Amino acid sequence: MIVYENVTKKYGDVTVVDNLSLTIDDGEFLVLIGPSGCGKTTTLKMLNRLIKYDEGNIYIDDSNIKEINPVELRRNIGYVIQQIGLFPNMTIEQNISVVPSLLKWSKEKQHKRVRELLEIADLSYEENAHKYPRELSGGQQQRIGVLRAIAAGPPVVLMDEPFGALDPITRDILQDELKALNKKLHKTIIFVTHDMGEAVKMADRIVFMNEGKVLQAASPEEMLENPAHPMISRFMGKLSYSRSGNDLICADVMRLKVLTVPETKKTLECIELMKQREIDSVIVVDKNNKYKGRANIEDIMEHGKPGEPIIKMVKLDTPSVMVNTNAKDAFDHLIATNIDYLAVLNRDKTVAGIITKTSMTKSLASVVWGDDNDYND
Amino acid sequence: MSMFGWDKVGEHMYLVLMASLFAALIGLILGICCYLFKPARNPIMWLVDVLQTVPALATLGLIMILFGPTKTTVIIGLTLYSLLPIVRNTYVGLENIDPGIKEAAVGMGMTEMQQLIKVEVPLAFPMIFTGIRIAIVNSIGTAVFGAFVGGGGLGSVINRAIMIQDMDTLMKVTLILMLMAVIFDYGMGYIEKRLNQDQGMATAGSSA
Repeated sequence: MIVYENVTKKYGDVTVVDNLSLTIDDGEFLVLIGPSGCGKTTTLKMLNRLIKYDEGNIYIDDSNIKEINPVELRRNIGYVIQQIGLFPNMTIEQNISVVPSLLKWSKEKQHKRVRELLEIADLSYEENAHKYPRELSGGQQQRIGVLRAIAAGPPVVLMDEPFGALDPITRDILQDELKALNKKLHKTIIFVTHDMGEAVKMADRIVFMNEGKVLQAASPEEMLENPAHPMISRFMGKLSYSRSGNDLICADVMRLKVLTVPETKKTLECIELMKQREIDSVIVVDKNNKYKGRANIEDIMEHGKPGEPIIKMVKLDTPSVMVNTNAKDAFDHLIATNIDYLAVLNRDKTVAGIITKTSMTKSLASVVWGDDNDYND
Repeated sequence: MSMFGWDKVGEHMYLVLMASLFAALIGLILGICCYLFKPARNPIMWLVDVLQTVPALATLGLIMILFGPTKTTVIIGLTLYSLLPIVRNTYVGLENIDPGIKEAAVGMGMTEMQQLIKVEVPLAFPMIFTGIRIAIVNSIGTAVFGAFVGGGGLGSVINRAIMIQDMDTLMKVTLILMLMAVIFDYGMGYIEKRLNQDQGMATAGSSA
């Protein structure tokens, strides 16, 4: 079991990993995902001490990795990187047996292991073992990269966007192979990617990070159904739309760019804003960005006094739906009440987006004619 | 070939090759020091640069004060003179290795020494070899000055030929020196090409 306990990493003033706590079970396939600079790679590389962390502790099976010699630690953790990084001066056989030879295995044992691994990967020993990396294609090289990482039988394997540099077809094949391989080997795998499709395909559990913090840690199914944050929904992107119409939830069909105003904003300013954007109502939130309600331009014109905060104009009973509400229910609601849009809320009552009649038409279109529209406009 | 025998050519080669051998060893170590200890880089580079800006004859004269008019003096002088291309190419060769390969070496659990011996020096070798080639070719010419400090070699033949105005010998020796330089340049250049092909990498290129 791997435990991150309140781990923080800063570069100067920038906090890359922010008080991260995470527990990874033995045999779990954990995928770290998030936008660039979210701290996912840093989180990965702290585990084999390629990156030092400033605060907190990391434990592998109850031993604090700070107390393990980094060289010893790394020999017991597999490591696969996007650049592949096979040693060009060594044959495939020598590359695979790098860690076993560092661990001073006997020559026969190393040789036996190389044969065994090539066999697992369906690669002929005779054809490949004595080749140099440059003689192999990128996909084949990364297969060897994976074999090199597991050669000495480490219980934990770290993978830093291992298939990121491969073409889509090869990537798909290698993903399948890795999945099949790990069914036999039951390694604990920590896998960094920025491709949600890859994450959903590979992961037992996905950890979505942003600005050094975990936004959501959940199984792929759970994350698809209940993304905890609009950014996660955005990452899911087209992935979610590929499901059938009945499975669509509000997060799938909502518009993400929504104008919200704080409840303290003055009515005149709000009218100005609405005129600029050519809209006739605004969504009002409190200081914690929680949804309060919406205010119509007609109401403000009729009852509003200059200088009053907008909150006085808000109809508190305006309807809203949750991100995980079935899209069909939301549409029924929209039609029944005959209002122009519904606010979509996250679990913490912050505004995730809105559903308009246009979103409804678009998602209907995607179910009927296929998915080639971009809803996140 | 009345004025000199092939023994002078042998002597000349001996001076050049001994000096290059020492320069290769010392240069490699200094280059690695530059790479491993970044603060050492500038002082070392400065030193080998300065060594090459001092005229060869002056360097040899200074060393002669310590070691007298011997072959040792010439070999030390040539060694110091040959350091620059070797140190620089070693450093550049190590520095330019693909960061992905370096990261893999660290990530596999190699110690710093193992990274150097198993991965980095082998990968930088074509570049280092280029440095050695440049050093040898330069030394063939520079070793002529060895005659002034009693080191022998083809320089002594040239000296005598100039004194007695033996143009014939002068031309012959010059031709031999040029030939030696060309043979080493092309011969080692060929090996270099093979090394680069073997590695399939573009780490080496000519320098200096």
